[in-house]
Amino acid sequence: MEAKRELLDLLLSDARQSTEDIARQLGVDAATVEKLVDELESEGAVRGYQAVVDWDSVDEEHVRAEVELNVELDRETGYEEIARRIAKFPEVASLRLISGSYDFAVDVEGESMHDVSNFVSEQIAPIPEVTQTVTHFVMRTYKERGVYFGDGDDDDRLAVSP
Amino acid sequence: MTGPTERLSRRARETPPSGIRRFFELAEEMDDLVSLGVGEPDFSAPWAARTAAIDSLERGRTSYTANRGRRDLRERIAEHVTRYDLSYDPDDEILVSTGASEAVDLAMRALIDPGDAVAVPQPSYISYGPTVTFSGGEVVPVETHAENDFVLTYEDLERAGADEASILVLCYPNNPTGAVMTREELAEVAEFVREHDLFVLSDEIYAALRYEDEHVSIATLPEMRERTVVFNGFSKAYAMTGMRLGYALGPSAVIDAMNRIHQYTMLSAPTTAQFAAIEALDSCDGAVEEMRREFDRRRQFVISRFNEIGMDCFEAKGAFYVFPKCPPGWEDDEAFAEALIREERVALVPGRVFGDGGEGHLRVSYASSMGELKEALNRIESFVESR
Repeated sequence: MEAKRELLDLLLSDARQSTEDIARQLGVDAATVEKLVDELESEGAVRGYQAVVDWDSVDEEHVRAEVELNVELDRETGYEEIARRIAKFPEVASLRLISGSYDFAVDVEGESMHDVSNFVSEQIAPIPEVTQTVTHFVMRTYKERGVYFGDGDDDDRLAVSP
Repeated sequence: MTGPTERLSRRARETPPSGIRRFFELAEEMDDLVSLGVGEPDFSAPWAARTAAIDSLERGRTSYTANRGRRDLRERIAEHVTRYDLSYDPDDEILVSTGASEAVDLAMRALIDPGDAVAVPQPSYISYGPTVTFSGGEVVPVETHAENDFVLTYEDLERAGADEASILVLCYPNNPTGAVMTREELAEVAEFVREHDLFVLSDEIYAALRYEDEHVSIATLPEMRERTVVFNGFSKAYAMTGMRLGYALGPSAVIDAMNRIHQYTMLSAPTTAQFAAIEALDSCDGAVEEMRREFDRRRQFVISRFNEIGMDCFEAKGAFYVFPKCPPGWEDDEAFAEALIREERVALVPGRVFGDGGEGHLRVSYASSMGELKEALNRIESFVESR
């Protein structure tokens, strides 16, 4: 497989590992890894490096909702314009145009249910193109970006075996 | 009264404990141990295979199967091995066994008469020698060499007197060295086999774990199909070691004989595992490829770390083992491994456990997470530097 694609897999599995360790796994030198990372970033393939946080284990209030949005397009306004306007809000953690019975899936984050519902009713719903919102509060997260938050399969292998 | 110990057969009494056991016992006592001594994948079986097993239990599929294994499984195995250019009839050339280990044992029992010589290349997996002995055969050790990256050569066979043997055991990709053999290298061995009319037992359990090139089975070489039994299974490729499911592929006369022994001693391989295996063959190629790629990254990481540390490590291209040399100043692999586990709590297996040619080397399994591998290599580095 192409080294750049392999690098992407390695960053996806652990973006914090050192350049040297990545280089060893790819069988290339550290300078090559730096160069490939720069390329991935400048091409826009890699947009950031973030921790996967289990908010249930952080001692503070954190509320998340998945909001379904229906919008109405007109000659002047397309999905892109609406998306741009909604994406600007810092409360919007992710925004996707999706197929099916509604148009946008929006992840909204806030410190309380009140915060989140206020945000939806006062900032999102009044947007002229938005015809309907349905807010689903997240009650518990079990898996996030490929990381399972429950107990993994324990390693119960024998410590030494033939 | 004769005591229980005196009642043991001579064979049982003369079977030495595995050299791995001492390290297992040392490792068991330790907290904060990082083990690179494990001979099985750190992954669990693909979820689809596990759910197929659960589903079969829910449907009450808990009876015996046909002695040779479920027909639909044998058909899938026949289809699966065509990727290695192997072609076997599910009716009478395939036997599903309780792990590849059982199949190896069955083949030994089906082919060895008392006193027959069996050539066993070394270093190799620790079970071949004892199974030869259990069948009444005599082991002819064939030493392979670090300077050839532990590939078996015509000269190795000649030097060991393997021409006197009736059977040759092969295990590539190899446990413990990670060595693989190319078609050209196998052709040399095949030539020796034909010249001296040997029969080959080829344990290809690690066939799916090849890096950089494709696995070649000796059975695909000219005139070799009729003188080879190939062993494979689900343990390593599909991370299903505990399910105990393997298979043998070979000429019908030999598979028939193996099945005759199998039907008296095992009856049939575990039914639940057979259902998992069917699903594994149907839908788990992607999961296997993902594991293979993960192993490949770890392999490259481990090899470059050992060479940085000054422990000479050849580029093993198969299985999930590398076989570095002890660092300069250490001759004795066992002393090194013991000092390492006591002082740094890293478990490795000394190479000599796997027979002649293994001395001065260490078997390192990279079937551990990258985090553990990094930690283990850091500990090994500080151990080597502190001397």
